[in-house]
Parts: sequence; structure tokens; C-alpha cells
Amino acid sequence: MLLKGKVFKFGDNIDTDAIIPARYLNDSDPENLRKHCMEDADPSFASNVNKGDFIAAGVNFGCGSSREHAPIAIKASGVPLVIAKSFARIFYRNSFNIGLLILEADTDSIDSGDILEVDSDKGEIKNITKNITINAKPIPKFMAELVSAGGLMEHARKRVKEGFKK
Amino acid sequence: MTNPLTITEKIILAHTDLDTVSPGDIVNARVDIALGNDITAPIAIKEFDTIGVCDVFDREKIALVPDHFVPNKDIASAKQAKMLREFAKKYDIKYYFESGEVGIEHALLPEQGIVLPGDLVIGADSHTCTYGALGAFSTGVGSTDLAYAMAFGEIWLKIPYSIKVIFDGEPNKWVSGKDLILFLIGKIGVEGANYMALEFSGSTVKYLTMADRLTISNMAIEAGAKSGIFEPDEITEEYVSKRAKRDYIVYKSDPDAEYIKTLKYDTTKINPQVAFPHLPENSVDVKEAAAKNIKIDQSVIGSCTNGRIEDLRIAASVLKGKKIAKYTRLMVIPATPEIYLMAEKEGLIDIFMNAGGVVSTPTCGPCLGGYMGILADGEKAISSTNRNFKGRMGDITSEVYLANPAVCAASAITGKISSPDEVA
Repeated sequence: MLLKGKVFKFGDNIDTDAIIPARYLNDSDPENLRKHCMEDADPSFASNVNKGDFIAAGVNFGCGSSREHAPIAIKASGVPLVIAKSFARIFYRNSFNIGLLILEADTDSIDSGDILEVDSDKGEIKNITKNITINAKPIPKFMAELVSAGGLMEHARKRVKEGFKK
Repeated sequence: MTNPLTITEKIILAHTDLDTVSPGDIVNARVDIALGNDITAPIAIKEFDTIGVCDVFDREKIALVPDHFVPNKDIASAKQAKMLREFAKKYDIKYYFESGEVGIEHALLPEQGIVLPGDLVIGADSHTCTYGALGAFSTGVGSTDLAYAMAFGEIWLKIPYSIKVIFDGEPNKWVSGKDLILFLIGKIGVEGANYMALEFSGSTVKYLTMADRLTISNMAIEAGAKSGIFEPDEITEEYVSKRAKRDYIVYKSDPDAEYIKTLKYDTTKINPQVAFPHLPENSVDVKEAAAKNIKIDQSVIGSCTNGRIEDLRIAASVLKGKKIAKYTRLMVIPATPEIYLMAEKEGLIDIFMNAGGVVSTPTCGPCLGGYMGILADGEKAISSTNRNFKGRMGDITSEVYLANPAVCAASAITGKISSPDEVA
């Protein structure tokens, strides 16, 4: 997939409480979660982000709670891709399960406002603003298949259609 | 004969149709218990309804535990709890708990013998790793994973590399499981075990109660770990045998099993720990914390980390006959109804209330800042919970310091972060 967008850059250890605070978890509607996305890391994010923009961050993005509300809120914000130096594991699997694209790469050279062109299949990240190209770690085969199958629920529905019986 | 395996690898292997497994393999594994709560299960239920199956895979292998915002804090959370109740009714889910019988999931499931040694447990809650204390492979996943597991009884898992953590020696006075795990996270960092399994061993283990072990495994996720496991021993057996209502299997690591890393610590050199805002890895010796004269507004004793009867007993031993400091709040939350009743019978509730504390019904409550005991701007809390992220317990400018229940109790008395020795 080819993507182009503007970056919102965050630091290390952005936890799921920062991505979507627990005070909003009495609701799981993506549209309501979107309104508070990244609120405790950048209160202006929800009003400034545009469809197609990217999130970039340092290490351990999405640490803490298992709340799937976190990748859901990001996806509902129109952000198709998160690039970080590393991801916490539950956030990592949740993102693949719901079809939010994530790439692991050295994000030190990426700043807020940079325009990136990303070839997610090749893992190539071109920073148009800075004229630098960085390479993301390849996505494991199983995860790539999960994404191309449309996420875990699509896979589940297919399994039922193909005759799964309890 | 298969290659030498760790306890984690053995348990996962036993839940597949494979001959052997190695770290990095992605496998489809059968699930013994799939868990959801009132925050994560609603999304799973919505997803489950789109899959097209006419039933859950096994009504006796699903646990729905409304513990986060229950008793319902508002209309929205009441609707979420209602979704769990209706799903439980529709599919006759065996382990659904209504207010009055519900406790904090990770205290409740081991207590009721629902999770057992050798089990493969997944839960849509990051602290599902708690059951590693029983010798189970147990890990936190998302709501979509829970939906899939409720339909098919399976989960995709990457076989984790294991880190062996050896604690040797007898713990010092006031040192509990909480201090060992805070100390470890301080050493390896919040990402130190990302994607990996922590395996706890060493001569210290025999001094650790099940409550201590449950606390240690509970916070494995705070080092990023997938799981945190103990090999079952006599202490596990004593705890489990009177609770189990089905058979279970005890697994142990092969002596020549491979670890990506082995870490060794001298427990006798570890003192009670306090983790400073805003990461659990910011842990220091309580004496160093006390020297900073940090005034607190609130002390919280409870949660899936430290809301067990052993935690309440030690807090009560510090608070007995004393009053908490003026303008300081103390909140005590027994983690399950059984713990609450035991605390009542043992006179602990009297001690907490006579000291000026409030005692709440079992709930996650203030731990995640969603409900009760929320902090105002600039306020500071010392808490026996598991996370001290920015804004975790309330306003974004508030601060949470993590510690064991004895330190939380002592700090409530002095109104500032204190060692239990200061008030003994």
C-alpha cells in the first residue's frame, strides 16, 4: 500500500491511558473515542489531525492496558499508520487484528509536520520534507497475511463460511 | 523426545497439535479460559455477533467479570455491564458474576479455582498475566482476540523467548512480592521484557505466599512481558487443591531449557520500593523516597495487584490504633467479596475505618482513574496499584507513586511518603 501524509510526532512510552484515557472507556463507539484520541499526550490532536495523517513515536508505543479502544481511536481519527521504534505487544497484536497498519523503524529523524511517503509492502519510508529514506523492519509473514485477509474478524467470518461447526 | 523446553513452551505446546515449538513460532493454541471485563467484553461481544457462529465454543470456558466500572458508575457504563449480562444469559456463560459476587477479575479467578496450573488463559485485560503465579500460561490480549476465542476456543500466539529471573535469599521485613517486581522493573525497564516470558525462580520463592506471587506475575506486563510464570510447588498445591473443581497439570521447565537471558538478584539487599511518576520503572528504596518529604493527598490500598487478604492484613497491622493524617484520604478496596468478608471477620475493616479510611466494594476503582477516588489537579497519591502513568488516577497534572500496602498505610498516617518503620 502507498500512503502519503503529515506526521504527528510523540515521544517514548506513549501508554494507552495517553492514547485513550480510561475516563472515556464507558463507551466503545469509535466516533466517541476519536474525539479523545491522544488527549493526555496532546490535547489538540483530535481537532488538528486530518484523514491520512500519520503518528510517529519513540519506543514502546501503546504500553499499558490491553484496551483495543486505543488502536480503534487512532484508526477512527483517519490515521492509517503508526510508525514507532517499538510497540508494546498487546497494542501490536490489537493493531493487526483490527487492521491498523504499524511499522517499526528508527523514527529519530522524523519530526511533527514532516510529510512522509510510505510503501508499506516494502517498508520504505520517504521523508519528503527532509529528503531522507528510512527502512522499516519487515512485517512478519503471518501478520502480513492477517492484514491482507482484512484482520482477525474477517478471517473468523471466512472460517464460518467455509463450514466451521462447533 | 522433544527438545528441552521451558514451562511456558511446554504449556503452549500441550495446547496445540504440534510435536514441538521454538521461540518465534506462531501457533494456533487451544484456550482453557477466555476472560473479558465490562470495558473490553462489550467490543468483543459486538465483534462476536458478526462472526456468524450460533454458539460460544464452550460455556464453561468463558469468564465475564464486570469489575471496572461496577457497581455502574453512570448510564454509559451501566449499558456496558448490561451487554455482558445479556450475553451471559443468552449463552448460559458459567463464569459470569453479578454485583455482590463479583470481585476484581485477577483476584477472583484464582480464588474461585477457575484458573489452574497448566492452563492456557487469555484475557482481554493486560493484567491477565497474573495467573502465571499458579503455573499457568496466561496473557493479555485485545477484544477482537477475545471474540475469536469465544467463537473458536483458539488464539494465535507467538512462542515467547523466556527470561529467567532468579531471586535468592529471604526477604527483609516489609518486603513483599510488590517490592521484588518493582525492583526488577526498575532494573530492566518498562520495555525490558517486551514480547518475552518472565520465569521467576530462586531460593526466595519458597518464602513467597501465593499473594506475593500473584502480585509479581500481575506486574510482569509493566516490564512489557507477555507472561510471568512460577513453577508450581507445595505452596501452589496448598492454594490450588482446595479450590480446583477440575483436573490440572503441573509443568516444570527442563533443566537444560534455553533462556534468552538469566538475571540474578540478592533479595536480602532489596528494601521496600516506591516507583515515582510516571513509569513503574522509576523505583527507588523507600528510605530514599521518604527523605524527599513528598506530601500525599490520597493513599489507595487495593486492585488486582494488592487487594488480597494478605495485603489488607499487613496494611491493618500498620494502621491499627492509629489515625491517618489530616487532609489525607485513605481508600481500601478488598478485591473480592470473600476477601471483604474475611477482612470483616478479622476486624480489619474496623481498623481501616477507625483510622479514618473508607472501605469500598470490590472494584478496580481509582486504579485506572475511571471511577471513585479520582485525583484533582496537582494532587499526589501513593497507591498499591500497578501503573503510575500521567493522568492514570485522574487529572493529567496529578501524580501516582506505586508501593506495597504497608508503605501505603504508613504514608496515610504521616501524610507523606514514609517507610512502615517510621510509624511502627
